[in-house]
Amino acid sequence: MTFASIPWLELAIAVPLVGAVVVSRLRDPLSASRWSLTFTGLALACSIVAWIGFLLGLTPDGSSTQDILPRLFGRKVLLLDVLSAPLVPLVALLHFLTVLGTARTKMSRISFSRILAGEAIRLATFACAVPFDLSVLLILGVLLPYFELRERQRPTRVYLIHMGMFVGLLVVGLATSGEVSAAFLMGAVLVRSGTILVHVWVTDLFENASFATALLAVVPITGMYAALRLVLPVPAPNWVLQGIGAASMITAVYAAGMAVIQTDARRFFAFVLLSHSSLVLVGMELHTIISLTGALALWGSVIVSIGGFGLTLRALEARYGRLSLTDFCGLYATSPALAVCFLLTGLASVGFPGTSGFVAAELLVDGAVSANPVVGFAVIVTAALNGVAVLRAYFLLFTGARHQASVPLRITIRERVAVLTLTALILGGGFFPQVFIASSHRAAEASAIVTRAPGE
Amino acid sequence: MSNATDLVHFLASLVLAAPAILIAMLGIPSLLGYPLSERESDRACRSTVALGLFASIGVLIWMLATDNRHVVIDLGNWVSIQHEGEGGEHAHYHFAVKFEFDRLSIPLAILSFALIGIIGAFASKYMHRESGYNRFFVQYALFLAGMVIASLADTIETLFLGWELVGLSSALLVAFFQERPAPCRNGLRVWVVYRVSDAALLFAAVTLHHMTGEGDFDRLLGTESWPHGQTALTQWHALVVGLLLVLAAAGKSALVPFSGWLPRAMEGPTPSSAVFYGALSVHLGAFLLLRMSPLITTSVWLAGVIVALGLVTAVYAYLVGTVQTDIKSALSFASLAQVGIIVVEIGLGHWVPFMWYVALTHLIGHACLRTLQFVRAPSLLRDYHELENAIGSRLPCPPGPLAAAPLRVRGWLYRFALERGYLDALLTDYIVQPFVGLFRWFDRLERRWSAFLNGTRSPEQKIPVPKPETSLPLSPVVKEEVHA
Repeated sequence: MTFASIPWLELAIAVPLVGAVVVSRLRDPLSASRWSLTFTGLALACSIVAWIGFLLGLTPDGSSTQDILPRLFGRKVLLLDVLSAPLVPLVALLHFLTVLGTARTKMSRISFSRILAGEAIRLATFACAVPFDLSVLLILGVLLPYFELRERQRPTRVYLIHMGMFVGLLVVGLATSGEVSAAFLMGAVLVRSGTILVHVWVTDLFENASFATALLAVVPITGMYAALRLVLPVPAPNWVLQGIGAASMITAVYAAGMAVIQTDARRFFAFVLLSHSSLVLVGMELHTIISLTGALALWGSVIVSIGGFGLTLRALEARYGRLSLTDFCGLYATSPALAVCFLLTGLASVGFPGTSGFVAAELLVDGAVSANPVVGFAVIVTAALNGVAVLRAYFLLFTGARHQASVPLRITIRERVAVLTLTALILGGGFFPQVFIASSHRAAEASAIVTRAPGE
Repeated sequence: MSNATDLVHFLASLVLAAPAILIAMLGIPSLLGYPLSERESDRACRSTVALGLFASIGVLIWMLATDNRHVVIDLGNWVSIQHEGEGGEHAHYHFAVKFEFDRLSIPLAILSFALIGIIGAFASKYMHRESGYNRFFVQYALFLAGMVIASLADTIETLFLGWELVGLSSALLVAFFQERPAPCRNGLRVWVVYRVSDAALLFAAVTLHHMTGEGDFDRLLGTESWPHGQTALTQWHALVVGLLLVLAAAGKSALVPFSGWLPRAMEGPTPSSAVFYGALSVHLGAFLLLRMSPLITTSVWLAGVIVALGLVTAVYAYLVGTVQTDIKSALSFASLAQVGIIVVEIGLGHWVPFMWYVALTHLIGHACLRTLQFVRAPSLLRDYHELENAIGSRLPCPPGPLAAAPLRVRGWLYRFALERGYLDALLTDYIVQPFVGLFRWFDRLERRWSAFLNGTRSPEQKIPVPKPETSLPLSPVVKEEVHA
């Protein structure tokens, strides 16, 4: 048996799927958590190995001679290319850290089996390039949060209406061709990405679903992946790309402004996330190699930094309940390490120097200014507003008072491991950005080729 | 000769490495949950700052001895991507990390090491047993790195890197006494102004990059060493970029209309007020204008704007400073008045280039004097009290200069000065409140729309705030602080 004969990519997806079945039969939350950690860890390891195999050219498209899906469907279903190869391990890492950072108090209230099933679907989504298969996976991906909302007896209509719209537009887009298809697919991408006017499902999901479910559903920015795989190869006419870009630009500024004035930590996080995911889409629309490279680099950075930011907020919620941003909470006194992590991940998300987002944001701004100075200006305003929002939230949550607790609320060992992993990634990407940017550049060139030569 | 060049490159590398080593020494143990003790932190600060200071003095001596006024340390491209399209289109981006030691940068680097080193030694006693001792020194190390990078940057992107580090560490230090709300509000205010300044600098940086294809200063400002550089930009391009840089400098140096943050910054501990807002941070905007002096040479309109801005700031700071009733606020406005004059000198450099040397000398002298005054402030108050106790009455208080104003305008002048020129109120009423009002309206609309779609009645969700203990006894250090 050789390295290339082992189906690493299929294993990365199969392991959490099997894990979902195994964990669903466990009744003890603690053992469910431990098993989930094992399965997500294994999935992460397999996805990293698949990525390394792809990088070293051992498995040119991430597939193996022992793959099962090609035997079932008669064609390759899951593949890696320059775009998806780094995204798959990043998404696996996000799931692993989410399970790792789950506090004991919350273990009985979240469904680990659903997290594992969601991981399998999301990993498969990011390893799929065929439009039909991808669409099926995208539709499957929206079902799990709906089930959770129903189970928690929370309002589902906002989510249902928007995701119904998404599915409808996606199906019609696939069924038609030419400009009509591009227009419908653009609509589907805009809904899935939470673009302005159809974005309330994101804030609603964060308010009503568990933090973990909302985080895992939105942070990977599946809408961007759908845009690159479904809209760009059509080929999309200019007005479609400009439409996505204009709507995303307005969303980025609007969401950044909304993040500054939020009084609820979850809504604040949802808007910061929306702003960043829109910035990524803006980079795609500008359609220069530099801006596309910036957008792809920012995408990877956002998954790590915003993912870490969300996990920090989740750790805080596990200790203090839902967090308000109306008054100073003074949580630094009881959770100093979480305060540092909050600041670090928050600043990384806004592209602070020395963090993974810095060069990505520079590239995006540079590409934007070259393409259109107004867009460049809007990107800079968005970054400035997001920076204000992050530090405002930091001051309101951690300073201004002194929170006193009768029980220790310091960071746990599991959380510290998660924090240190994120810190290493954020600072590593910040101080040695060439590897990370070169990978994004290759993906950007590949995307540009796909757009120019449809069908190839 | 080769050995001598290797030596100066080694020394220059030490100058850059010293702050990075300090950040690593203080930051990594804190991240791992094992912060250094006070004594270890103190030793780390002393040794790394001394290393940086002596290395930078070594570079200066080498420059004087060899008559070489422009030493460049090129660390290569941090990021570089090339694209050759099928249609012949060419795209290129690189982020070069280069540092230069010249007549402008080396004095500021030495000044930064010297003042930050002195304040570090002072703070190790002043902050003794303070609960945020380690936090203070981590932020202090970030500030040192920011100042050194910004001083020595040879590309505008590298300058931006240092600029942002200075901004973040300053905002966090203003909010250092974080168990009280006022310093945190002021820290946020400072951060907001800095973000405006950062955005202007970033926009200037990418505009320059776009116009010249490079962010390197030697491409932008000529290969001649400061202040003899010449820009290849046209007069109007220089004006556009220059105005953006003036906006960035105004935010960083608290020039009008952003002056309101300077007295607010005095909420931080005295050592940070002394070295950051009194001496170094407040001069960073002026330093940026000095670095971009070839743009001022090219555009007379830009020079006029800079002179006018400096004059307005100096007069404003003088008027407001005369009515301040606490020593740190009075010193901050005195500092601002001098910064205004330095900016005037920089603008006048368009006509008399020698004025740039005057401005640089003024900047260095002023930074040293103001550091001394800030550090002396708490003990001076004690001396005054002892003196008044000894003589049994208040010390004579001569009328301020506003008393000499004509009666008709005196009241108006006092109101203007006491309200700090209404600058904060203007920014709050005409920028902050409309912005917040507009987005809160959007927020209400969104909540109603969500509630309508969900079929629920109460869109507003009440979230309990974790109950903090707000009536804590203040630490002795806090008690000593004279609030702005």
